[in-house]
Amino acid sequence: MKGLRRAVYLSGVVAICAWVLVPIYFIALGAFGGRTGVFRWPKSIWPMDSTLAAMQTFLAIEGVGKAALNSVIAAALCMFLSILLGAPAGYALARYSFKGQNLYRLLIILTRAFPLAILALPLTVTFIRIGLYDTPYGVALIHTALALPFAALVSSSLFMGIPREFEEAAWVFGCTRLQAFLKIVLPLALPGMAAAAIFAFVISWNEVFAASILTVREKTLTAYLLTVLRESPLHYRFAGGFILIVPSIVFIFAVRKYLFAMWGIANR
Amino acid sequence: MTRSRLLPYALIAPSTIFLLLLFVLPLAQTIGLAFTGNDGASLENFRKMVGDINFGVSIRNTFLLVLAVIPLQIAFALAMAMMLQKLTSGRDIVLWIWTIPLGVSDLAAGLVWLAILQDRGYLNSALYALGVIEGPVNWLSIENPGTMFLGIVLAEIWRATAIVLVILVAGVQLIPKEYAEAAEIFGADAWTRFRKITLPLLKPSLQSALILRTVLAFEVFAVVYAIGGRNFPVLVGEAYAWQSENQNYGVAAAYAILVMLISLGATVCYLVALRVKPETQP
Repeated sequence: MKGLRRAVYLSGVVAICAWVLVPIYFIALGAFGGRTGVFRWPKSIWPMDSTLAAMQTFLAIEGVGKAALNSVIAAALCMFLSILLGAPAGYALARYSFKGQNLYRLLIILTRAFPLAILALPLTVTFIRIGLYDTPYGVALIHTALALPFAALVSSSLFMGIPREFEEAAWVFGCTRLQAFLKIVLPLALPGMAAAAIFAFVISWNEVFAASILTVREKTLTAYLLTVLRESPLHYRFAGGFILIVPSIVFIFAVRKYLFAMWGIANR
Repeated sequence: MTRSRLLPYALIAPSTIFLLLLFVLPLAQTIGLAFTGNDGASLENFRKMVGDINFGVSIRNTFLLVLAVIPLQIAFALAMAMMLQKLTSGRDIVLWIWTIPLGVSDLAAGLVWLAILQDRGYLNSALYALGVIEGPVNWLSIENPGTMFLGIVLAEIWRATAIVLVILVAGVQLIPKEYAEAAEIFGADAWTRFRKITLPLLKPSLQSALILRTVLAFEVFAVVYAIGGRNFPVLVGEAYAWQSENQNYGVAAAYAILVMLISLGATVCYLVALRVKPETQP
């Protein structure tokens, strides 16, 4: 009886793994199947029409390469900015108690409770005026508004996990505050910060709405796909979808150790 | 000593300024945009929004999606979190696989399910092989609103259950093992332990998961667009259309305000309904 229950339980685990992975496998088949693959009926679950040619034609379409590059620029800048601005705030929240601390926390949490549409719409007007409209830099700025609160909360929990005594010991041995931070705290916090940075990258890489309304010619990959969605043939859409997914799988693998610590504390 | 008292303020200043410029200011501007008509302050944009042919439909669709997706997601993620608890080996790899959708964009998730649900897709091929259908059926056309809705629900559950799972697993890890062990000694079975110990202590995590997911679910847009196009209007999709196709920022802003009010309303409901007394927490 016990063996039977164990078998049911394990097949449940496997079934959920399949529920996640099989759809990704299918879009990969669609992405590499090309025109013939998309129209084949009935479909085989084995790669029948796979060629690299289908993916190559997609990548050669004008605009795709540029869009991918714009996505990378926006996401990298978003990652850089959210850590640059978020990490010091996280350190302040972890190490000091100061007046207005709760107000600051509230500001941070509020940013997550508002729909992105509400931020993106007026920024179109502002960005046109200051010349940031239709650039990946403008997109990076609004994505930073999304990722920054997250970076601040995560780095605050990271710094809290590093005992204050380590720093105090360094002061005793003659380090300045900055030296103690650079030599003791930073190396310990670095892996976690890298995970938070990757998360900021993913947030920007995946975002559709703001990127779509803030760009016309310099579209990011998501914005580009959204605009060509209705006109482009199915196999191009699948190729685009697949290219969007691949980095995510790698990134989630890279941050998997930090996932729970980050979300557990960031949501309290 | 004054220098070190100013230090925390210096540390939070850059991010505060940034958020004021890119969050608080735009928020105020959107409210301004929404309440400004052709000649000064008016409710013109809201009147236009309510009079729009897609308005009622998009409200109905958005609420239907939220009501269908979120309860299923919470139940599914709870079951997954409990399964993970029992897993002895291979936990790492299972966790990774289950959380992959966390990194998948909503647009990509919509395209994934389009590959499965399109008329010559994998679902139809399977149904054909089983003899259920005789040829390609177009599940995602405007003639089949029911199945189009189901397709969107499937894609949303596939994509966004991972985030609920992560929040719940993080919450489960904070529950002291002793509680369940004590209950077991007193003869409580697994179901009772789940109901009387895990579920109540998981309340704060459930609350944050519900709030986060509901806010994001009311923003649903790209998944719907990838699967149903404009045939399934939702609120944020209408905001997008008014902004980018009609170039009418005012009505788009009115839609954004409406989504914001609905999200805030839902958040307040959760905060009241799932209020946690501090003394009952470990």
